This record gives sequence, structure tokens and C-alpha cells, in this order.
Amino acid sequence: MGSIVNTQQIINGLQVGSIYALIALGYTMVYGIVRLINFAHGDFFMLGAYAAYAAFYLFNTWFAKGSGILAFIVLLASMAAGGGVALLSNRFAYKPLRYKPKLSSLITAIGVSMFLEYFFSALPAIGPSFRAFPTVLPKRQIPIGQATISNYVVIDLAVAAILMIGLTLLVKKSSLGKAMRAVSQDKDAARLMGIDVEKVIGWTFLIGGAFAGAAGLLSGMTYPRIFPYMGIQPGLKAFIAAVLGGIGNIPGAVLGAYIMGLAETFASAYNSLLGEGIAFAILIVVLLVRPRGILGEKIADKI
Amino acid sequence: MKHFRTPKLSLYALAFYALIMALSLTGLINGYIQHIINQSLIYVILAVSLNLINGITGQFSLGHMGFAAVGAYVSGAITTLVFKVSPEAGFAGYAVFVGGIVAGGLAAALVGVLIGFPSLRLKGDYLAIVTLGFGEIIKTVLNNIPAVGGPRGLLGIPKFSNFSFIFAAAFLTLVVIRNLVESSHGRALVSIRENELAAELAGVDTTRYKVLAFAVGAFFAGIAGGLFGHLLQIAHPTQYGFMGSVLVLIMVYTGGVGSLTGSVIAAFALTFMSEGLRIVIDSLAEATSLPIGGEWRMVIYALLLVFIMLFRTEGLMGTKEARFLVIGDPAKEGTR
Repeated sequence: MGSIVNTQQIINGLQVGSIYALIALGYTMVYGIVRLINFAHGDFFMLGAYAAYAAFYLFNTWFAKGSGILAFIVLLASMAAGGGVALLSNRFAYKPLRYKPKLSSLITAIGVSMFLEYFFSALPAIGPSFRAFPTVLPKRQIPIGQATISNYVVIDLAVAAILMIGLTLLVKKSSLGKAMRAVSQDKDAARLMGIDVEKVIGWTFLIGGAFAGAAGLLSGMTYPRIFPYMGIQPGLKAFIAAVLGGIGNIPGAVLGAYIMGLAETFASAYNSLLGEGIAFAILIVVLLVRPRGILGEKIADKI
Repeated sequence: MKHFRTPKLSLYALAFYALIMALSLTGLINGYIQHIINQSLIYVILAVSLNLINGITGQFSLGHMGFAAVGAYVSGAITTLVFKVSPEAGFAGYAVFVGGIVAGGLAAALVGVLIGFPSLRLKGDYLAIVTLGFGEIIKTVLNNIPAVGGPRGLLGIPKFSNFSFIFAAAFLTLVVIRNLVESSHGRALVSIRENELAAELAGVDTTRYKVLAFAVGAFFAGIAGGLFGHLLQIAHPTQYGFMGSVLVLIMVYTGGVGSLTGSVIAAFALTFMSEGLRIVIDSLAEATSLPIGGEWRMVIYALLLVFIMLFRTEGLMGTKEARFLVIGDPAKEGTR
């Protein structure tokens, strides 16, 4: 076991887990509020990475390369792209179907996802091939005790932690957060209480998309290769993480994402086939054994 | 013997077969068009069998191509690796081919039963995700079996599939699924789609029928996969991924969920549209010397799916069927 579970693998697992967590949060928030599995969520992640790429090359003549302010601008760009497109997809694709059968929205989400992937690979300026992601911040090794970790690990974990704390505060303390919780409990009752349900849904998409965009930047920095289909696998895995933690439950999504990141890292170290398949194996086991996930509340089927 | 009363459908099918054969023999249809027709017919099998699961029974499955992959690999392994036959072997070769295709279908049906079981507990979007996961697992497993080529795919499959075989398979698929839908079993399947609880209270064994739908749908998908493998002479894991399943899904939803006629029309229309777009895009790229790539084809597919969902959720045909696909005359029988 020693070679499979060691400090390095744990660090790698936590790093992947942070990226999954940021994506999973958007999935779980959107699901909690509109009961939609937004297949296109992984593509907001991809858009975040591309926006970061564009912002880096747009602004790197004005600000010093490797400076914190440039990195911050790049982060904002990735979040704006992810959030903005999420908002647009909600407005044009999901909102008109809000009160139609649930499956219509799900199929539309598949269409939106396909559209984003192929549209961006069809655009000559982007194209279907891989691109090398620039070094937004200089890479350093930080010695901790006997081991060394990359500063990127610290950045990934820190950005994820800051965003997650911000989200928790927003949901727990602000009036928007209160409205979100109300809408997720009962849309109609919330509307009767004077909550603008559509506005709350819009904010949810915006925040979820922005988080996925930020994850795109972190992923681009950590694994410096981006392409239009990069969102598919992380999107699916983050979704599975959200299901594992209990979909609709915010701490659950984070917990599920870190379990997923660690499980995947250990499984890959053991056997590459296992690494590829473990996510789906986890999904199937969870859905068969405990469909509501680890922290999910038991919901009786509505008749 | 009501189930075998299919005069009109047989008549139309025979006429279609004779027409294509005549056009092909007189050279009015070249090999390229013939190939597209063959592909369309395979997509007819896929779309009609997915419609049985998604449309008729209402169990949203996203892994249909996974079943086709099982069929393609099992039948391909039988003809290519085990018996090493080729069309030159004459009757014996074709016997192995037909046996392989059926074995592929049965293997896919077995996987379908396995996937049918989770569907007993899961509904709607969760089932969609599980079937998607199963499809991905099948792909991952195939990628990692060196005996069938791993990520390179199973190469050198003999070209056994021809228009006659594919046509016969498509016709049989249509007849069997149509007869199933029109039988009392079919009404049980529809009742599960309409209201599972009410169906159960009315005495429908929902468990059994859901597994039945998955098994039958998967069987025909496996047949289609086998025919595909022996048409394209390759079985590759990426052919049978998520996008492949989504293409079949688009056919089902464009044609109309619950309408077999719609699935047939959409399979033909979309396969021809896809080829037409390929030509249009290529000639546009050539004429304007702009980098217009084949990805635009998929962009159009994606938009088609979104617009159908937004503006015509029921698809082209809704749940309506063409007359010749209905057993007996609905006008005479009145309420059924």
C-alpha cells in the first residue's frame, strides 16, 4: 500500500479534488434550485480556461508577467466567461422550458453542451486542437518538512477554499442566499413570499458558472493544456462527486469532490484502467446503495 | 395470429427494397449513395430500438451506443478472430456472419438486462447518468482489452454487411418492435411511461417490463453494432461513445418520442443531412478558402436538438404512426 497511498498522492488527490469541488458546487446549486442536471456545466469550465488564456495574452503587455495583479485579472476573466455563458444558457435554453417536463431541459442541456464544444472547436480562432496554457504565475517548489510541494498546489487549494468560504457566507448570511435556500425548498411558496424566483435562478447560474470558470483557470495552470472538449470528463466526474455527496447539498458537493479526487488518484496509481473507470463505479454503487448521497436528505418520491 | 398480420408494411418494405435494388443495379445509385442508404438503415435499427426504451417505455437511456459496441465487438471477434472468415468463403462465411451478428445481439441483450436492473430503482435524470456511466465503462473496458485491439480498435473485420442483410435486419427490427408495441405487452410498456405508479396499481409487473424493454432495445442495438462493424470493417471504442448515443437520441427526439415512424424518417433524414452538410461544408471551405471545419456539422446538430426541444418538444411526428405501421385499421377498430 505504501507506494499507492503516500503524501504525494494525497496532495495530488486534494489538488484534483479542489478543481472538482469548484465544478461540483455549480452542479449541485443548479440542481438544488431548478432540479436540472446541467450537462453544459463542464463546458463553462472549458470556457473559463479559454477566457483565462485570452486574458493572459491580452494583458501581459500591460502588466508584468507573473505578477499577482495579472493573475487576478486572468481569474476575473475566467469567472466572468463561465458565469456569463451560464447566465446566457439559462436565459435562452433553460428558462423557456422551466415548466415543461424535466427531461426536455436535460436533453436541451445536452444540446447546449454539444453546441459549446463544437462551436468553439469550429471557430477558426480557437480550433479543435490542443493549446499550451501559459505560465500565469511562476512555478516554485516549497519545501515542507522532508517533502516539497509546488506552489500551484497551494494556489489551487487556496483559491478553492476562498471561493467556497465566500459561497458559504453568501448562502448562509446574505438575503440572496436566504432566497436561494427558499427557492430550493419550494419554488411556489417562495414566489408567494415575494421572491423573484427567476432572478434567484439567474444568480445561481451566474455563481455556479463563475466557479466552473475559475476551476478552468486552475486546471489550465496545473495541467497546462487546453482544448474545447476538456470539460467533458471533469464535468462528468464533478457531477458524480455532487451525487456522491448528496446532490443539492453544498458541503456534500465539496466532500464528494475531495473523496473523488483522492479515490481517482489512488486508483490511477494502482491501475490505469481502474483510474479511468472508478468514477463511474462510484456513481453506480452510490446510486444503488444510497441514492441520496452521503449528506443528502431523504426525499420521498412525490406522487 | 394477429401479430403476424403485416401486409401493408411488408408490401411497402418490399417495394422499397426492389426500388433500391433496381436503381443500384442500373447504376442510378452509385456506391456512395448506397453506402449512405446502408448507414441510414443501421441508424433506423438504432433509433427504433432506442425509441422502445426512451419513447415507448419512458426510461431515459443515454448509453445506447454501448450496446451497439458490445454487438460490434462480439460479432467482429467471432468473424475476424475466432473463425477468420471472409465473404469469399461463400455460404459458410455468411452463416458465421449471421451467427456472429445474432450472438452480438444476445450479448448486448445480456448487458441490457444488467443495465435494466438499476433502472428499476432510478428515474429520469439519474437513470440517464447511470446509463451514460455504463456506456463509458464499456468504452473504457474495450480500450483496455488488447485482444480486440485496445485503443486502436478491432481492425480487418470482413465486409459482410450489404444492403440486403442490413435491409432485412432493419425490417425485422421494425416488425418485431412494432408488434411488441401493439401487443398487450406494449400497452404495459406505455403505461409505465404514462404513470408508473398507476401502472403498478393496475397490476403491471413494471420491473419485468422495464427489463424487457432494455433487453429488446439492447438486442437490436447489438445487431446494429454488428452490422456497422461489418460495414465499416472496423470497430473502434470512440465510435460508440457518448456522442454516438446522443446522435441516436437526436434522431429519436427529432422524429418524435414514441413514434416508430418518426424514428425511421429521422434516421434517414439526419444521415442524409449529415452527408449533405459534409459536402456543403467542404465545398464552402474550398470556394472561400476559409478554414471551415467539419465541426460545423455538429454545431448544426446541437442547434437542431435545442430548437426541437424549445419549439417542438414532441418532435416531427409526436406519437403518431404512419398507417402501415399500425396493425389492423384503427378507423375500423375504433377505440383500442
